This record gives sequence, structure tokens and C-alpha cells, in this order.
Amino acid sequence: MKTLFKIIIVLLMLSSNVFAQKYITKNGKIDFYSDAPMEKIEAKNNQVKAALDAATGDIVFQVLITSFEFPKALMQEHFNENYMESPKFPNSTFKGKIINLKDINFTKNGKYNATIEGDLTIHGVTKKVKQSGTIEVKDGKVITYCKFNILVKDYGINIPNAVAGKIAETVQITVDVALDPKK
Amino acid sequence: MKKIYVLLLVFSLVFVKNTFSQDLTDEFGPDVKPKAFTYATFKTSRIVIGQSVENPAKGNLNFSISHHFGALNDGPYGFYGLDRSTIRLGLEYGLTDKISLGLGRSSYEKTIDAFVKYKIFRQTTDDRMPVSISYFCDMTINGLHFAHPEWNNYFSSRFAFVHQLLIARKFTNKFSFQLTPSLVHKNLVVLNADPNDIFILGGGGRYKLTQRLSLNAEYHYIMTSQTRNDYDNSLSLGVDIETGGHVFQLFVTNSQPLFERGFLTETQGSWGKGYIYFGFNIVRTFTIVKPKTFRKS
Repeated sequence: MKTLFKIIIVLLMLSSNVFAQKYITKNGKIDFYSDAPMEKIEAKNNQVKAALDAATGDIVFQVLITSFEFPKALMQEHFNENYMESPKFPNSTFKGKIINLKDINFTKNGKYNATIEGDLTIHGVTKKVKQSGTIEVKDGKVITYCKFNILVKDYGINIPNAVAGKIAETVQITVDVALDPKK
Repeated sequence: MKKIYVLLLVFSLVFVKNTFSQDLTDEFGPDVKPKAFTYATFKTSRIVIGQSVENPAKGNLNFSISHHFGALNDGPYGFYGLDRSTIRLGLEYGLTDKISLGLGRSSYEKTIDAFVKYKIFRQTTDDRMPVSISYFCDMTINGLHFAHPEWNNYFSSRFAFVHQLLIARKFTNKFSFQLTPSLVHKNLVVLNADPNDIFILGGGGRYKLTQRLSLNAEYHYIMTSQTRNDYDNSLSLGVDIETGGHVFQLFVTNSQPLFERGFLTETQGSWGKGYIYFGFNIVRTFTIVKPKTFRKS
């Protein structure tokens, strides 16, 4: 009986350790950038939450809109007040999966190409997206990196005619999020 | 010994349960709302002609051009007031996110005004602090030649001081309201009977029609019979139009002066008698010092 207990326990503990390696962070980085003749817009966010399950390839990102920082205070106010309506839509999220999970060895240092597919929600509008980026495994840490463009009108963000020339319609988003193994 | 094994088994099971939890967002733990301050209670640092709780952000400089035309009752000969004008040029700089300093020069009585605005409390999004409260202190120097140069005139008699508490709440994304009790102290008054200190209770609000357009109103009530009868309470109505870098404020008011001492205590003529002045403010914000994150190291 005792030995059976021991075996079960050892197995269970192993199972939870081996199959369940999760990675998590609360201070990942996401920047965005857009260029138009009148106004270059850039913003940085250093408080991105992200989690990755190495066993299933599930990956989520959660971004608090009000924690984007801009070089101009007025721009930040307009971003929240006029464009993103952050009181109404406080977060942007991505929920998806790494579809080429078998190509990535989470136990070996290296940079792997990764393709991610899932739902991107910005300004309350959800779109299916598929993007490729890299996943770097470095001494137990996992660094996800991806650069992609979105069209603001896809997410129901209106640019009024008065400022149409000043603000670009595409925004380049850079995701650079380092996740730590969950203890 | 057996007890320990059972305990370990339970623990392991708990871990296993964790492994199969469905939603990865659970990993972030309970959703704690970060403490955040309400922003954009008003579009700019003035509701219409009086101060609002807004300051320029740290390192930002606001340049404002304020313009009042003459009174509507100037009639056709004075093109309903458009022939005359008084102007104020103003600068306001955000020393920190809480303190701003301002300087202005008005053509009305050739007045220079200098002020400090300090955010004492700021409304938070979780309503633990339901209102924003700022203190505003302004000093004006009348630049006109003394009316009686032959008298023994003192430079100090050119000074007047205004103290205001600005108590504002952003009720919804569209509607904000502010209470503004004021105390005006004048070093020199015209008549013996005039008081040196005058208390005024004011209020103002804004309602956003669209994201970039709002209706504003402001009223200042001089607490009963402190001034002579020929002075009126100040009432202003306006719209704010925001175009990204600028805010345009168009308004009508019965106050001709554009600085606190003037419109609070020296408004002459009422709306009913046609003393209505059309005016506008243009506010442009310049970023002088960028936030830390964007400075090149």
C-alpha cells in the first residue's frame, strides 16, 4: 500500500512538472508606431500581461490601454478619450495558439520561428489573426517577438476628417514580451 | 507517516487540477484594477473664461490667445461689438503633473496676471476620491497710469489677488461639473465704501456633444450686495472644438475682462441689456520636456 502511494505521488508530481510548464509575465513590452506626414505617433507599454502553456501551445496577451505612454501628454489623453475609448474598453487581448508547437524546444536555448493564430480584440472588436514571429528560449526564459500591422478602421476606430491627413491608417505593433517560468 | 502521504497526494492532485485549468488568463490572478486618475475632466485649463481643474501635463507649455470683442449693444455703428476688442496673451507651464505656473497680459486695463495652480486631490476612476480639488492663486498688476498722478501713489495699490478652490467631478464621460468658490482681494478700491475682499461662488460644467465638441457654461455669483449695484454676475456660454493639437473655445459672455479679478468683480452690464461679448480662446500645447520613457539616453 505504502509503495503504491509513493508511486502515485511521484508520478503525479512528475506529471505536474513535466507537462505543465507555463510561462508568465506582468511586465512585457508592446510598442506601436505610425507615421503620417503631419504626426508621428509612438507609444510604449511596459505592463503587458502574458501567459504561455508550453504543453498545449496556448498563449494569451492582455494589455491595459491606459498604460500606454506617449511622448506628448495630450496625445495620450486623445488616444484614450477619443480613439480607444478606454473607459469603455479598458483592455486589448490576444488569445491564441502556437500552431507549429512541435518545432519549438522549450528546454533548449535557441531562436525558433513561430506561427500564432487566434483572436485579437482591440476597441471591443475581435478579429481572427495569424502572424509569424519568433520565440527565443534563453536560460529558461521565453521571449516572444512579433511585428505586425493593423488597420485602425478594422477595429472600429474612427479617424475624423479633420485630422485624416495627420494620422496614419495603419499602425505597426511590436510585441517583445519575455516570460518567466511559472513557479 | 501515512498522514504525510495522504497530504502529499492531496497537494499533487491540486497541482494536477491546476495543470488542466481551461483559461490561461486565470494565470494573471484576480483582476485588480490599478489605481488610476480620471483624466480630461475638461478639455483645457479654462471652462469658458474661468479656470478649470485641468493643468498642462509636466513639461508641457500651453500658449493661449484669448479675445473678447465689444458688446452686442454697440449696435450697427459698432458692428455689434466686432469693431472693438480686448485681448489676452497667456502662457501656462506644467512644472510637475500637479503644479502649473502661468503668466498673461491683457489689453484690458493693461493688466499683467501671474498665477499658480496646484492639484491637491485628483478624482480616481474607482471613486475612492470622488472629486478633483485644485487651488488657484492669481496676482494681477494694473498697468494703467494712475488716475491722479499728483497724488502720492503707491505701486502696491496696483495689485489684486484671487484665491480659488476648484472642486470638480467628471460624472460621466460626457458630463463634468465644477464648483468654484473665490475670494478676490484688492489692495486699492475706488470708493471708501467698496470692500477690499469680495466672496464669489461660481459653478461651471461641460457636456460633450461628440468626442471633439462640447458645450460649456459658467456662472459666478457675487455673494449678496458686496459690490455696488452697477456690477453684475458673470455668465458665459461656450463651445470647445478640439482638433488634435489645438482647442478652440468660442463663447459669449457679459464680462469684458479676461482675467479673474476683472470678470469676477468688475463685470459691468447684464445679458438682458445686451452687454454680450463674443469671444474666443485658442489654446496650443507644446511639449517642452518629453516624458522619461522617450528621452534619448
